[in-house]
Amino acid sequence: MHAISFDVAKLLAGGLVLASFLMIYQVRLLAMLNVLGGHAFILALAIAWQAHVQDAPELYITAAITLIFKAALLPEALRRIVIRLGIHREIENVTSLGAVMLAGVGLVALSLEVMLPVTARTDPLTRIDIALALSVVLLGLLMMVTRRNAVSQVAAFLSLENGIDLAAAGAEGMPLVVEISIAFSVLVAFLVVGVFLFRIRERFDTVDMRALDAFRGDRK
Amino acid sequence: MIALAGVLGVPLAAAALLAALPGYRLSARINGVASFIAFVAALLLFWRRPAVGPFMLVDDLNVVFIMLSTFIGFTTSVFSASYIGHELATGRLTAVYLRFYHAMFQVMMFGMNLALVSNNIGLMWVAVELATLSTVMMVGLYRTHEALEAAWKYFILGSVGIALALFGTILVYLAARPAMGGGLPGMAWTALLAHARDFDPALLDIAFVFLLIGYGTKIGLAPMHAWLPDAHAEGPTPISAVLSGLLLNVALYALLRFKMLLAACPGSIAPGPLMIVLGLISLLFASVMLYRRRDIKRMFAYSSIEHMGIIVFAFGMAGPLGNFAGLLQMVMHSLTKSAIFFSVGHVAQVKGTQRIADIGGLTESHPVLGWSLIAGVAAITGLPPFGVFTSEFLVVSSTFARTPLLAGLLACGLLLALGALLMRVSSVAFGVVRGPVAPVEASYLPIFAHLALVLIAGVYLPWPLVAWFQHVAVLLG
Repeated sequence: MHAISFDVAKLLAGGLVLASFLMIYQVRLLAMLNVLGGHAFILALAIAWQAHVQDAPELYITAAITLIFKAALLPEALRRIVIRLGIHREIENVTSLGAVMLAGVGLVALSLEVMLPVTARTDPLTRIDIALALSVVLLGLLMMVTRRNAVSQVAAFLSLENGIDLAAAGAEGMPLVVEISIAFSVLVAFLVVGVFLFRIRERFDTVDMRALDAFRGDRK
Repeated sequence: MIALAGVLGVPLAAAALLAALPGYRLSARINGVASFIAFVAALLLFWRRPAVGPFMLVDDLNVVFIMLSTFIGFTTSVFSASYIGHELATGRLTAVYLRFYHAMFQVMMFGMNLALVSNNIGLMWVAVELATLSTVMMVGLYRTHEALEAAWKYFILGSVGIALALFGTILVYLAARPAMGGGLPGMAWTALLAHARDFDPALLDIAFVFLLIGYGTKIGLAPMHAWLPDAHAEGPTPISAVLSGLLLNVALYALLRFKMLLAACPGSIAPGPLMIVLGLISLLFASVMLYRRRDIKRMFAYSSIEHMGIIVFAFGMAGPLGNFAGLLQMVMHSLTKSAIFFSVGHVAQVKGTQRIADIGGLTESHPVLGWSLIAGVAAITGLPPFGVFTSEFLVVSSTFARTPLLAGLLACGLLLALGALLMRVSSVAFGVVRGPVAPVEASYLPIFAHLALVLIAGVYLPWPLVAWFQHVAVLLG
């Protein structure tokens, strides 16, 4: 029983890392949002599995929130924004995807190398979740710095946040996980609304962040 | 218990009330009154502490922070009342935005106070996030191109920062788990500190790195500081004052709490050197950057990075003297910097610009404003007889006694910043009068109150305060 529960947890956490890689090389926004939905779906499964294994019913709530909010509503909202902004046909120019992917592999190796030795004393289930969660976080950061589009940066942040949720769910018996994940969802919802609220398109005529970089308050 | 309810409940109730009330005059007054009640409640915490619970904690350390926070919150609300009247008159803000602004101001105060009194490291994180979100909304209030860019930048960097801080928080829980088991006590700071001896040191080390980078982004430490100048320059000036005076301190407070855990856990890395390096980088970087500033609010934002660098450096040096100097520097910086932003806010309003080149001869056209700006800058650059001189002198001299080389770098940074600020402020305050000379409707009281406190602290630091800070410095280890 224990071996199986460990393997499934490892499979799901590994699936999340894989989904992060899939996101990194999507240059079309809509395709990337589809992968983001899948990313959150895998996360919901991983959290539900942790709820089952740890016998922690409150984690099912987190899993349900993830499933409804992050796997369904958020990607849909972003998709509508992308279509309304009329950028769904745009192909994002990411320089040297190959190098970025290699850097991603390096980051995964780094996080395993860092986390596995120091978590030797913790439960093996927690251990693999934390190590792979760090990979997802780092891959999210990598994607944020390689993208110049506001929507892709938000999507990258969402994947980063999924990694943190995985870590929180994997930390056995951690209190307030549900509350924290709700608070985090509020932050994320703000971000998505923010794309609209800050009217990046109307103000800058583009969602390309390079337009922002050119503008620095000092150079008047 | 009543005092705690006042510190937390009053801002929350006021936020709800202000969101519902039209009319900015009444709202500005209610904002001020609510902030004052919160300040009185914070004073009460000195005498009547609630018992330590799984969520709330009031101890000798955070009382200092809460007092400072609510006091500057109150003076800022007084300043804000006169500031926004002008913004409304010039049409930069509309009544609807002001309603939103007042409600958000109180939400931010609630978030900061909650972060300061929370005993649970998860709750503390949520509170810091709440304070961040409310300030993001206010930074973007003017809805100009620049303001929206600043808000978006702050939002993205702040989100990544607090996301990393949450990862660090989870790792702290994991490091504690073998020693404490799961459940609510596993995240209560007091319980964590009591058991810190048995924590997994390696895991705690990594947790601290994440916390340092995460909360360090919110402190405004150098490689992660990019949001800070924009947010200070483009938001309404009362928000610049509370950002510099309060929000940076709240993030620092969170970091100090975790530093105390590390100090109590033998076998973990010493957090000091990491903080010293980041603090020194921030100080030197910001001092050099000060020379190229053309926007007056942006310039003082860089000065905030510089000072947070000094403060983090001092806490990194640790020991009773280092911590004492850090605490004093933090209090002095908060008071002085918010006083500077109060006067800069009025200057920018009367001159209609934030460009340094377009402002000149202030002491001639607006003597009170000009001289209070000079007094503020003299204080912030560490000239005697102001309190910042005392604290910076303590930082440098205590460092010199232990590592002369670091003291040299520190002194370099301080002198560079002194030169830059004096150069800029002299062109703003003296010389030919540039820009409009219309009389200003300013509320000088908050500026004078802050500067007077800083002056008194520089001339004579009352012994109960010294004893208190010494006690807290020992607690910080």
